[in-house]
Amino acid sequence: MTTHATEAAEGKVYDVAGQDWDQLVDTVLESDEERLVINMGPQHPSTHGVLRLVLTLDGETVTEARTVIGYLHTGIEKNMEFRTWTQGVTFVTRMDYLSPIFNETAYCLAVEKLLGITDRIPARAEVIRVMMMELTRISSHMVAIGTFGMELGATTPFLFGAREREMVLDVMEYITGLRMNMAYVRPGGVSVDLPAGALDKVGELLKVMPQRIKDMRKLLDANPVYLRRTKDVAYLDLTGCMALGITGPVVRAAGLPWDLRKSQPYCGYETYDFEVPTEQSCDVYGRYLVRVAEMEESLKIVEQCLERLSGPLKSGPVMIEDKKIGWPSQLALGPDGLGNSPNHIAHIMSSSMEALIHHFKLVTEGFRVPAGQVYASVESPRGELGAHVVSDGGTRPYRVHFRDPSFTNLQAVPAMCEGGMIADVISAVASIDPVMGGVDR
Amino acid sequence: MSENLPEVPQEPVARTGMFGVSGSGDTSGYGGLVVRRAPQLSTPRPYGGYFDELVDALPEGTAERVVVDRGELTLHVARERLVETMQRLRDDPALRFELSLGVSGVHYLEETGAELRAVYHLVSLTFNRRVRIEVSAPDTDRHIPSTVSVYPTHDWHERETYDFFGIIFDGHPALTRIEMPDDWDGHPQRKDYPLGGIPVEYRGAEIPAPDQRRSYA
Repeated sequence: MTTHATEAAEGKVYDVAGQDWDQLVDTVLESDEERLVINMGPQHPSTHGVLRLVLTLDGETVTEARTVIGYLHTGIEKNMEFRTWTQGVTFVTRMDYLSPIFNETAYCLAVEKLLGITDRIPARAEVIRVMMMELTRISSHMVAIGTFGMELGATTPFLFGAREREMVLDVMEYITGLRMNMAYVRPGGVSVDLPAGALDKVGELLKVMPQRIKDMRKLLDANPVYLRRTKDVAYLDLTGCMALGITGPVVRAAGLPWDLRKSQPYCGYETYDFEVPTEQSCDVYGRYLVRVAEMEESLKIVEQCLERLSGPLKSGPVMIEDKKIGWPSQLALGPDGLGNSPNHIAHIMSSSMEALIHHFKLVTEGFRVPAGQVYASVESPRGELGAHVVSDGGTRPYRVHFRDPSFTNLQAVPAMCEGGMIADVISAVASIDPVMGGVDR
Repeated sequence: MSENLPEVPQEPVARTGMFGVSGSGDTSGYGGLVVRRAPQLSTPRPYGGYFDELVDALPEGTAERVVVDRGELTLHVARERLVETMQRLRDDPALRFELSLGVSGVHYLEETGAELRAVYHLVSLTFNRRVRIEVSAPDTDRHIPSTVSVYPTHDWHERETYDFFGIIFDGHPALTRIEMPDDWDGHPQRKDYPLGGIPVEYRGAEIPAPDQRRSYA
């Protein structure tokens, strides 16, 4: 393949087809144009999925960075208006696909607030939610740090990150039946109780993971190459963060300990003992340090969850007692991974007509939610994840809007990149850790 | 349900046109799709908690309606007063809503004269408070002033709301579509926009919508 240069209204356009870089350099050198506009993405291994960046370069300096999104828009919010409140969980879990449990929890907290049942959620379900969220936070941060390493040219962090994430996903699969997009948290509680042996699995993970996080730290914390690629890169201070609406590790790396788990607790976070790590450096390295420290804090929370689940909350309901809201069957994970309840099927199919009608109504039509609007938010690995949910009193949401932190945080790309080197654009975008499924929804 | 909301007489409104299907809009096949109008309410004082303090800190008459529901405060503000109100909410030392969580649009098809809503959620980190600002625009005049000058984070959020609902934010630096393709017709999150039924376009080819791909007759 050869490089083509064609004249167009906007100037000379170069088409690159791969394996022709030398030719491209020669052709560009012939030109007397100082300014070069590069299109990076949406198909680019370093742009975290389908993010497109249009970079205006002067030499190797970025003078203008424009972000283009929308390549993964799937109309989830629109689709939810045509499904029942419970089915909505299956949609939201697919938004930010690296932290599905957080999407589900934010949505369910909003629905529960609309129903006015927030304080009737069983304690055991709340602890399970917290445990699943913190495990997800570890796996999400592992991907963030791992892909970050790979984007900077080091494959080992990625292998480490993927391996550690796999451990968490194994636990998820054991508990919910699915590795990702598990629709586990439901309005009123969680879909199934922990299967036998789940706590041992989590316990094993707790034994191994601290050392794995230490290994990651050993690999990166003082790595000279890593430090030079991350220190003082993509600076964004607290004022910038506030103006741009940035939350999560980016704002905590700017020195503000703003974490909804502490400031506006939900799911009983006020009863757990953990710290909110912060850094003062406002740069990529600081955001990395915050993420690693958060994983260590998450392990502490998971440990406390285990204590509760094996002690005072050893057994009990995981779904609200209200039969008008709670899913009628008590699902259990079978050896084949399918969730079904033979007892419940026997009951509705052969002994109780009323139970069958009730099951049918609740499963096909769903429950009604009183009219009104609420906003519920959780601290996802990327920042404040909020769900604005409007009901008109029917069996489906009237409007669901997700305030996804990836979407908002991506607006900081120009502020972080303009005036810097093109190589630092990769670090900057990776330090925001955007997940395009959440950005575009 | 919140106990401070009075029981409102509501006229049932049958919603039609689910999935763009005519004749049978009910996808559950059970119970019909009779939905009720959202209540048009105003909560009497005292609002409780920090809500009274917050409303008092704003000039008299800022909010056309104040609704306290499920522990959340909503101020309905006229669109003419939106920018000054936002500015005050951000800068007044007694309010200090430093962080905005963006704009969310809602299309209330039945509420003639106030169909389109822009909903803003603000947080004060200083006082650890939240407030919701709601602004309406009639469908015949879809203009709401832009608040990007007060909260720069609204840049993408207003573009998203424009894209999905067709609300035009006057004064936005570059109000273009953000999620849908630039040449898309219509605003998909509006209630009069059907789900599905749209052919898939490729360069040089077009795949019909699923319900028109083959005849099952």
